[in-house]
Amino acid sequence: MDKESVSPIVDVRNLVKRFGDTEVLHGISFGINQGEVLAVIGPSGGGKSTLLRCVTNLEPVTSGDILIGGDELVRGGVYAPAGVQRRICLRVGLVFQNFNLFPHFSVLRNVTEAQTVVLGRSRAEAEERAMSLLAKMGLESRAHAYPCELSGGQQQRVSIARAMALNPEVLFFDEPTSALDPELTGEILKVIRQLAEEHMTMAIVTHEMAFARDVADRVLFLDGGHIAEEGTPEQVFGHPSSERTRTFLRRFDESK
Amino acid sequence: MDWASFWQMLHPMLVGCTYTIYLFFLTLLFALPLALPIALGRMSRFRPLSGLVNFYLLVMRGTPLILQIIFVYFAPYYIFKITPAPRFTAVVIAFVLNYAAYFAEIYRGGIESISQGQYEAAKVLGFTRTQTFFRIILPQVIKRIVPATANEVITLVKDTALAQTIGVAELFRAAQTISSARFSVIPIFVAGVFYFVMNAVVDVVFQRIERKLNYYH
Repeated sequence: MDKESVSPIVDVRNLVKRFGDTEVLHGISFGINQGEVLAVIGPSGGGKSTLLRCVTNLEPVTSGDILIGGDELVRGGVYAPAGVQRRICLRVGLVFQNFNLFPHFSVLRNVTEAQTVVLGRSRAEAEERAMSLLAKMGLESRAHAYPCELSGGQQQRVSIARAMALNPEVLFFDEPTSALDPELTGEILKVIRQLAEEHMTMAIVTHEMAFARDVADRVLFLDGGHIAEEGTPEQVFGHPSSERTRTFLRRFDESK
Repeated sequence: MDWASFWQMLHPMLVGCTYTIYLFFLTLLFALPLALPIALGRMSRFRPLSGLVNFYLLVMRGTPLILQIIFVYFAPYYIFKITPAPRFTAVVIAFVLNYAAYFAEIYRGGIESISQGQYEAAKVLGFTRTQTFFRIILPQVIKRIVPATANEVITLVKDTALAQTIGVAELFRAAQTISSARFSVIPIFVAGVFYFVMNAVVDVVFQRIERKLNYYH
């Protein structure tokens, strides 16, 4: 089966986002296929995070379409009814830059709460799912700790487990390592790499170029609200076609 | 002063104290919950509602409580020509309306101090707005508002003395009555000890609450 005949899990068409008079995304179109890892790179202020926030329904688009698993979240800038939006958005998960764990809940409850309240799973079922995810993150011994007692890397792993607990079809990461030191960054990248090996569909906004090159199946280079370059890591990092991409990557190489 | 005479002084003050304590608890019982919808109304994006609530807060915090007590007691008669509510009821109403305004502003401060990230995390996990507020936001708000609320509750203990304005024989009124009858200020100072002890209890209770909520920060 060739790639064209597979309908993507996430399908974004002509997405335009304006804040007041400032247009920050000028008609972005892209898709994410089943099992694919997409890395979104580019300079700060290029629209990466805004794009991610639009696709995860944290930020309303000005116009364009977003389809998740074939269901229309928004078409032509018109959103589905609130209930439908919520149902569609449950199919995607999001990991934040600064974790946003619930500080008043234990690690375990952070991972079980949405399972029981939103999905209506029994407590036993939710805890079983949570414990297996925490074990995978190497955190089963911290299940009864509170987020404030964990390191940044551990907190981020809990937040990945929290997102995974709802069995999303695609997981988004918004600069998941930007709040972490290099050592803790390694912890998180290892977890993401492991998820990639299990063919979890993911889109990762990141400044970790070496990681993007290594783990991504496809790379989007976003600059000034446009997709300046798109392709395999080989193409984007190895033979960038646009001057902008070359300049950006050269700076990155120099900083190494 | 012998024991009999001491008891003669103390007895009316203890009776007055029951009014004081009764007023204290009734005010908390009604004002603490009432403040929540007021705080939410103040934060509403529906302008007529937030404007109206804002006006209420301005009046309640901008005029003396002693005046509000007099108003609640006498206004029904002067405006509608109806018999005023019993004195104690009028005092409770005035206190509840006044304290709910202060508590509401404390709640609002607490709610607005919770980071946007908490709402966003709840939203991407599929929580509804109501679930988000009651499960994620409110529990964190409660922890943050405990010290400010303690302040207000301590003030409430002392403000109960204003109930005498319309003739409720609470603790301070009782003390003043005995004071004039005996030509002595001792009863006034004894009343001071009463207030101090009540507030020491309030302080202990709030410290316990704080310690209980200290399992995270």
